[in-house]
Amino acid sequence: MKRITIGLLGAAVSLSMTLGSVQAGTLDDVKRKGHLTCGVSTGLPGFSNANSKNVWSGLDVDVCRAVAAAVLGDAGKVKYTPLTAKERFTALQSGEIDMLSRNTTWTHTRDTSLGINFAGVNYYDGQGFMVSKGLGVKSATELNGAAVCIQAGTTTELNLADYFSEKGMKYKAVVFDTSDQSVKGFESGRCDVLTSDQSQLYALRIKLVNPGNAVVLPEVISKEPLGPVVRQGDDAWFNVVKWSLFAMVNAEEMSITSANVDSKKSSSNPGAKRLLGGDAGGKLGLSSDWAYNIIKQVGNYGEAFERNVGKGSPLKIGRGLNALWSKGGLQYAPPVR
Amino acid sequence: MPPADHGTQKVAPWNDPKVRSIVFQFIALVSLGFFFYTIFQNTLANMERRGITTGLAFLGHEAGFGILMSLIPYDETYTYGRTFFVGLLNTLLVAGLGIVLATVIGFALGVARLSNNWIIAKAAMVYIEVLRNIPLLLQIFFWYFAVLQALPAPRQSIPFGGVFTLNNRGLYFPAPVPESGFSYVLAALVAAIIGVVLLVRWARRRQEISGQPFPVFRVSLALLVLVPLLVFVAMGSPLSWDHPELQRFSYGGGGRLIPELMALLWALTMYTAAFIAEIVRAGIQSVSHGQTEAARALGLRNGPTLRLVIIPQSMRVIIPPLTSQYLNLTKNSSLATAIGYPDLVSVFMGTTLNQTGQAVEIVGMTMAVYLTISLTISMVMNAYNKKIALTER
Amino acid sequence: MTDLKNPSLAPPVTTVGIMGWMRQNLFSTPLNSGLTVLAVAFIYLLLVPFFQWAVWNADWTGSDQSACTSGGACWVFINARMELFIYGFFPTSEYWRVDLVFALLAVLIVPQFFERFPHKGWIGFFTLTGFPVLVYFLLVGGSFGLEPVESGKWGGLMLTLVLAFVGIVAALPIGILLALGRRSEMPVIRTICVCFIELWRGVPLISVLFMASVMLPLFLPDGVNFDKLLRALIGIVLFQSAYMAEVIRGGLQAIPKGQYEAARALGLGYWKSMSLIILPQALKLVIPGIVNTFIALFKDTTLVLIIGLLDILASVQSAIVDPAWGSVSTEGYLFAAFSFWIFCFSMSRYSQALERKLETGYQR
Repeated sequence: MKRITIGLLGAAVSLSMTLGSVQAGTLDDVKRKGHLTCGVSTGLPGFSNANSKNVWSGLDVDVCRAVAAAVLGDAGKVKYTPLTAKERFTALQSGEIDMLSRNTTWTHTRDTSLGINFAGVNYYDGQGFMVSKGLGVKSATELNGAAVCIQAGTTTELNLADYFSEKGMKYKAVVFDTSDQSVKGFESGRCDVLTSDQSQLYALRIKLVNPGNAVVLPEVISKEPLGPVVRQGDDAWFNVVKWSLFAMVNAEEMSITSANVDSKKSSSNPGAKRLLGGDAGGKLGLSSDWAYNIIKQVGNYGEAFERNVGKGSPLKIGRGLNALWSKGGLQYAPPVR
Repeated sequence: MPPADHGTQKVAPWNDPKVRSIVFQFIALVSLGFFFYTIFQNTLANMERRGITTGLAFLGHEAGFGILMSLIPYDETYTYGRTFFVGLLNTLLVAGLGIVLATVIGFALGVARLSNNWIIAKAAMVYIEVLRNIPLLLQIFFWYFAVLQALPAPRQSIPFGGVFTLNNRGLYFPAPVPESGFSYVLAALVAAIIGVVLLVRWARRRQEISGQPFPVFRVSLALLVLVPLLVFVAMGSPLSWDHPELQRFSYGGGGRLIPELMALLWALTMYTAAFIAEIVRAGIQSVSHGQTEAARALGLRNGPTLRLVIIPQSMRVIIPPLTSQYLNLTKNSSLATAIGYPDLVSVFMGTTLNQTGQAVEIVGMTMAVYLTISLTISMVMNAYNKKIALTER
Repeated sequence: MTDLKNPSLAPPVTTVGIMGWMRQNLFSTPLNSGLTVLAVAFIYLLLVPFFQWAVWNADWTGSDQSACTSGGACWVFINARMELFIYGFFPTSEYWRVDLVFALLAVLIVPQFFERFPHKGWIGFFTLTGFPVLVYFLLVGGSFGLEPVESGKWGGLMLTLVLAFVGIVAALPIGILLALGRRSEMPVIRTICVCFIELWRGVPLISVLFMASVMLPLFLPDGVNFDKLLRALIGIVLFQSAYMAEVIRGGLQAIPKGQYEAARALGLGYWKSMSLIILPQALKLVIPGIVNTFIALFKDTTLVLIIGLLDILASVQSAIVDPAWGSVSTEGYLFAAFSFWIFCFSMSRYSQALERKLETGYQR
């Protein structure tokens, strides 16, 4: 009886093996499938968020779209897989998704022990605190004894413990599965403080029924470089994702925007020529108009930033650390040469 | 040739049921072994290729994250192994409390369902039909998010008779602080318990010999309350109370039931009680009415009839399904993870799994724990069931 | 003739009519009267504010938050997000496929409620075998000119039904095999089946789902990949088949030994005697039990929200955090509760009716 069950299972496994075992590199895989599978968050305005029609948008989503534009020539050919913080690395490791672009912090442990590689940083962030105005708290040093809402499975949990023990303060951690739930917990008064990356706090604040009642405290207690992630051991794909992001930053440096990319392409600027035409794409295993497609369809890094989290969005986050290196920020891309 | 030989001699080996059975079992065993071997190999290969760390060494590493509630001392500097025990104890706490409360409420509801008061019976029926047809997870969310929102902030807490304080951070109560001499009171309590056990034995023997009943319940209650109380007074009331005080953000000191525990316990209890009520009703109805009549004819009053005749007989029908409800409650307590009550699934299979990434070890350990709890509960209940089972003479 | 000297006794307490009924059922003893008064007061205090909120003061029509002004329940919200709750993110142009599945399911289920319906058995058989195949092609698409819809877009009531239905349909045959195995005379087979059943029954579904979503990918050879929904389904089927096996074992045990012996005496082999004699009788006996496990499974499908699938409860949860709608969690949860209740309550009534029908022969 059992044998039949096993037989069936075995048959199913071997069948699917023959169907899917020709996994060459992820790049060929994506080209063959005709779409990119991108792991995103379950809903974080400004970074990856679906509207009520299931159309995804955000800064992280734009990285997925850029990769799809570079590889497939169409930024729309992305399938989004919403993942909780807990599931994200397994989904990537198992090959369920081709890349992960889900406000994921680059840390030593993750880089070394999870079998994954960070392809760059698309947002420099730091952990902060949000409290309700009614408490009258002005600084994080006044938070001794507070109840703190956190999302499970994040670096935030560890930073929080470090910060409070360093300051000799006590806290109660109230842990939720999703950011939506932690916002609800904060809103219902279950905790005094909501802690997360500062960008997230701004994003979550607009999810409150009454955003004016909450303030983000000035302290930043950690470094949180967020970026896209790929599986270890697939360098071709690693390069594609890395350079898709760099192309966006380089385009901003050269003032190439989605509006002027056509005229820049035919201009005589050698840097722009190398980026928008030339053999850079070929060396990545892509077509020569890879960067053109990214900028035409997604825009440069600055455009994506302003549209999703900056002035053009409800979040109104300033460029800060995420300005170009030439303007006092940290965004810096190696040259295309 | 005698026809008897026909069956025993000429059967080909592939038609002999014995041979076939052995071959069949052998094939099953081999394919099962192969199945597990493949899985094992795949897992090892996958983890190796993906660079995932393996082994149980992580249990000794520092955890570095806080846990909302712990029955044993815990802070960020303890190990991942410690988080396992914190979670396990929290699971056992909510399951244990839930089993007791659900049994009490379930029995009350089951009796109410059979009440000859129409409105009580119907109200119990509506309660049962509504509660058991709505998913438990939904009920947990409802109690947690909808009811939590309705509770006031710490500064506007609802006081209950000056002893308890309720707000959206939980239910606060004064915690007893034993002072020197309190151990004598505990010793007195232990002595009283031993006394009660001896008393029960003696009373039972006396009744068997002489037929004289002894008011065991009242006497043992008096023993249990009066002896420790006398010692307590004699030692000069060696107990003080630590009252919760309003601090900067919330109350501090004293004891506290966190809202996650209250919501989970409440939902688990209410949901399981609805099932237990139906089991109790079926059990009571399974005892034929002739038993009641016979008890009456023997001159037993209502109370003893129920206690000595009906309940013991209905227990035989009630115990097996009741066991599976206890098991369900224990397993359902894992839904704690949805609202952040730090049980085993939430702490160990949640946060610890995330921080270490060692899915196989952690999920395996968690499942083994639940399996052990389930098997233990079934064993205890089976033993009890055997004890009360009908002894055929 | 009336005797004027001895006036007639006061009439006996009436036992008919409303007064009589009330006296008998509500106020028979002082204790009962007290209980009645308490219960009525309690119900009054509970139900009146609820109805005021949910019905009289509620807002029913409109399209957004601005329509909810009266302070009662904001049912407008449910109306506005109904598509999400039923279809998830299924493409709007393909809704007809889901509708067709719902309609087919209804058509196939209805005959089961009638005592005598032509070919009732065959319809039931088709519901469990052919229908799932049909549903697969309709919902997944990709063939017969249907646009493929990836499972990530499935959600709401539709996903809940798919999970529950597939869970039960796939668990039934595995459960039968396990139940037979548990009663087998071959010790190895018996041990394997007992271990399998007790293992899955001993652990919570949530850990099974977790295993399916986190560990299953590690078990598979490199490059083999199941999609998230399929992994959840595998977990549910494994879990459910153990429960199903126990239900069916109950049915097998209820078949008198004579039936087994008679089948043997006719010269039928093991599989023939099981499939022709024993199982048809046993399965009929355990239909109520199967329906009950189906109800349990239907409620348990809500747990998939923990591994990130968008079932009806998860879709409600994702909708109630929408800042455009203020605080609508109570409305959302009540709606989800009501949807589940309707399904589960009607199924439990069906199973109770069946039980009564099946038990008539044995009742005392």
